[in-house]
Amino acid sequence: MISRFTQFSRKVRAYPFLVVFIILVSSVSVNAQEKNKAENAKFNEKCLKCHGQSKYKYINPESGTEVTKRMYIETIINRAQFAESNHKYFKCTDCHSEDYDTFPHPGRLRMEAKYACIDCHGGDETYAKFKFEEIETEFQASVHATKHKDDFSCWLCHNPHTYKISLRSEEKIKDIVAYDNAICLDCHDNIIKYQMLTDKVNPDIDEKHSWLPNQKLHFNSVRCIECHARTNDSILVAHNVQPKTKAVRRCVECHSTNSILMASLYKYKVQEVRNKAGFYNGVIMNEGYVIGANRNYYLGLLSFILFGVVAAGIFIHASLRILKRKK
Amino acid sequence: MSEKIYLYPLWIRLWHALNAILIILLIISGVSMQYTNPENPFIRFDIAVTMHNISGIILTVNYMVFVAGTFFTPNGKYYKLTLKGLFGRLIKQFTYYTFGIFKHENPPFPVTKESKFNPLQQFTYVIAMFVLVPIVLITGWAYFYPEIILTKIMGGSGLKINDFIHVIIGFFVSFFMFIHIYFCTIGATFVSNFKSMVSGFHETH
Repeated sequence: MISRFTQFSRKVRAYPFLVVFIILVSSVSVNAQEKNKAENAKFNEKCLKCHGQSKYKYINPESGTEVTKRMYIETIINRAQFAESNHKYFKCTDCHSEDYDTFPHPGRLRMEAKYACIDCHGGDETYAKFKFEEIETEFQASVHATKHKDDFSCWLCHNPHTYKISLRSEEKIKDIVAYDNAICLDCHDNIIKYQMLTDKVNPDIDEKHSWLPNQKLHFNSVRCIECHARTNDSILVAHNVQPKTKAVRRCVECHSTNSILMASLYKYKVQEVRNKAGFYNGVIMNEGYVIGANRNYYLGLLSFILFGVVAAGIFIHASLRILKRKK
Repeated sequence: MSEKIYLYPLWIRLWHALNAILIILLIISGVSMQYTNPENPFIRFDIAVTMHNISGIILTVNYMVFVAGTFFTPNGKYYKLTLKGLFGRLIKQFTYYTFGIFKHENPPFPVTKESKFNPLQQFTYVIAMFVLVPIVLITGWAYFYPEIILTKIMGGSGLKINDFIHVIIGFFVSFFMFIHIYFCTIGATFVSNFKSMVSGFHETH
């Protein structure tokens, strides 16, 4: 019979091998992914030779002369941003027709149907944790989808060539807020883009939010969707953007121990309601402070006790004065 | 037989009345913000914020009036602490409040034209007016410009530190207020000190 000590010492001796094995397997996997990315980047360069800049050149077969043309801004792909994006491992022709290989591109390709997020990410176990199906349902219920129908697609906010998820990363909340708000402001603070979907003039963001105290601090500390989208417990980022009349205007929605920020911006970090030091919604305090939401349980308790002691002291003193007063 | 001494000139009475109203408003709105409850708000959060901000601004101006009055009028002399023997005087006054008052002893430091406050009053008023109130005013004003002041002076965690200081010191100011109001009932009669805040005349025991 093998003693427990022998079993334990065998396990301990096996650990270094296990660690080396894990490192080797992960490095092989990472290397394969990086190799794949490098190969695809080389392949993509054929497209980016023209689509990677604002101008492109070709030889006119009729005249034999070199022609320089401007690239439509919508079809310019920023190499650096693409290399950092979520889709960086893809070849252009993974999503676009292989017929784009020829130049001039065949005219029928203009009719090519564009994928939506759900086309690739839906029903795939790999992406199950992101709950794309639920995101799609939420988006379809949002004011973006109900008002603009098919004119509004995922791509208007999540450019497939540049988009990267930020909320699950180690980035600071302020950087995540800035990145995500820039997505909204890209249309809502840009009349040209705004009027691609409506004839209305985009409202002045600062003026519309002039009721908000410390406006700049709010804009830098929370995302637009915190107030403008309905929170959903089962998905990480709310996509059901509400009409302006339903936007959160009650300060206490965030400024209370039951802060909605814990169900939105700080959702991914939420593990406990009160941290060990007794602060409500303590996770917010790693990077910010929300009056009313970050009060301290112990400090509150202490203040109640001290006020009780003072009130009792006053009561006793006053009672004695009354009892001992000169008749 | 009690006598009346004119101790509180008009400007002090006006300053004091305004100060009292503002501090009460600040305590009420501050407590309401600190213990916000969406279902049952004591004062609606945005109203409490506005109330706190406006009261804080006026209190700052009023505090400047007090400082100016302390430096440029004879009123300043009442706030000059004599450190020598202070502890003994504080104990003496404390003993009077805890024991002597019930035995109808005479106050150890009677109010005179030269000495408006007893040592315990003088000490607590100096702490309140020259330590606590300036701290709540400075930390309060820092919240008007959080993105400039708090990040520049205290780095990323400035908001938290500032809030703790503001809330804790505000809490002590509230303490002071409660005890101060109660002690006003200790005079020639229960209401004589309140009357003197209006008339300016202090009625001695």
